[in-house]
Amino acid sequence: MRNFLANKVVDIQPSGIRKFFDIVSEMKDAISLGVGEPDFDTPWNVREEGIFSLEKGRTFYTSNAGLFELREEICIYLNRRYSLRYDYLTETIVTVGGSEAIDIALRATVNPGDEVIIPQPCYVSYEPCTILADAVPVILDLKAENDFKLTKQELIDSITDKTKILILAFPNNPTGATMNKAELEEIAEVIIEKDILVISDEIYSELTYKGEHVSIASLPGMRERTIVINGFSKSFAMTGWRLGYAVGPKDIIEQMTKIHQFAIMCAPTTSQYAAIEAMRNCDDAVAMMKDSYDQRRKFLIHTFREMGLECFEPFGAFYLFPSIKSLGMTSDEFATELLKEQKVAVVPGTAFGNSGEGFIRISYAYSLDKLKEATSRIGEFVKTRREKL
Amino acid sequence: MRNKILKAIENNAKVDIKDLAIMLEMNEADLANEIAECEREKIICGYHTLINWDKTEDEKVTALIEVKVTPQRGLGFDKIAERIYRFSEVSSVFLMSGGFDLTVIVEGKTMKEVALFVSQKLAPLESVLSTATCFVLKKYKDDGVIFEEPSKDERMLVSP
Repeated sequence: MRNFLANKVVDIQPSGIRKFFDIVSEMKDAISLGVGEPDFDTPWNVREEGIFSLEKGRTFYTSNAGLFELREEICIYLNRRYSLRYDYLTETIVTVGGSEAIDIALRATVNPGDEVIIPQPCYVSYEPCTILADAVPVILDLKAENDFKLTKQELIDSITDKTKILILAFPNNPTGATMNKAELEEIAEVIIEKDILVISDEIYSELTYKGEHVSIASLPGMRERTIVINGFSKSFAMTGWRLGYAVGPKDIIEQMTKIHQFAIMCAPTTSQYAAIEAMRNCDDAVAMMKDSYDQRRKFLIHTFREMGLECFEPFGAFYLFPSIKSLGMTSDEFATELLKEQKVAVVPGTAFGNSGEGFIRISYAYSLDKLKEATSRIGEFVKTRREKL
Repeated sequence: MRNKILKAIENNAKVDIKDLAIMLEMNEADLANEIAECEREKIICGYHTLINWDKTEDEKVTALIEVKVTPQRGLGFDKIAERIYRFSEVSSVFLMSGGFDLTVIVEGKTMKEVALFVSQKLAPLESVLSTATCFVLKKYKDDGVIFEEPSKDERMLVSP
């Protein structure tokens, strides 16, 4: 029999997280700090709208780009929160999570051989999606000494005459790093000069703890060269509803919609109706969740620093990215041995790119009691490792 | 800052003051002083434990009583409200808008005990015009807490 598999796909390595998930799953009584999703339930008013839409029999397809009403609400929301102005009819598409938006944004914009700059550590899908789109990923290693922000010089150094796209993801998963307006302005200068398109994954935008989130698309000259990706998963605790969106220049959204139309048809209808409610009436719930994450964030930074582990202060998302370099172990060893000895699951930084070596990702989307128990065990582990040095 | 403290402890009076100080980026002593000040000013009026008595062997009956009263000249409803809330059987009293004046929540061991309280103590009060007693059959949610909600974390153990 012939080999029916596509080499391009076979050559892609499975996510490092997947590998770790398999180990953790076998350990039933482990405490996990490895989850990349909120610990809150979706606000009830949003769930109730979803239920109501089912009761009303709204179980049909929606238009490819999503319900008009939802697209309109998304544009109102983006304008209200981040001063972004988009036309809901031609510049907005509702997708199956931010993940689909990333995939179709890449597929709609790259030609074979185009280079896509991917600053790492980052979310796991950017690199494989780039490869699947026949483009060439150019990995840019972000540095702990810059608090994992992208600097102008790093960007300049990664640009070649084949560079077409920069994927920007702040607030960042896994580091929690954010970039303020001044920092974005610095790199925007280069982006405009070198005529690059930005895919800006802003899924954690609501979870910014110092100052307000700034979208790079709101800077002068950037709107026409940015696809903004956002969604409902993190801000509104709606991961399982699988709903995201992209806004950007009309010609790009039009092509993205074409792929979406043939591959997906439309995002889940129930989720879209629920999301209208999220856009309209969830400011208080979002603020409550953000306050709660922020308090846990402060608690964890304090605890890790007390343990003697170096940890820059992240101002976004719900992750801490402490360094374990002082213990003379790799990230993988740390995570595996911690799980074996203390039954605490964390994700090795290398799951998000090689530049994550020497770091671990800690999620604080857990109750304070759980965080206290887990960090006390991690503290014990660190102490015994240090004694062996 | 005071509001932040109050919000943080509103649903968890048991939170460790040391942890809370870290989470609010405050000095521990300053935080303790601020809480003590709120207690003195009666902004914090007490610390309760929310118990689902239905799950214990203790019999407990709660009734919500709608009370119509005649307000007194110069004193409004306050005087009669005080006459009512001083009874140890009464756990809450609210002045209401709408078809009646006071909501009185009474707790007792048996329905009979509550009924006797209403007929012998509450209804005969001079300013009380009428009472309507509604017994609580089951508590689903009290003080913002859902009693039967499962608290199992069903998320995958590790995810990107």
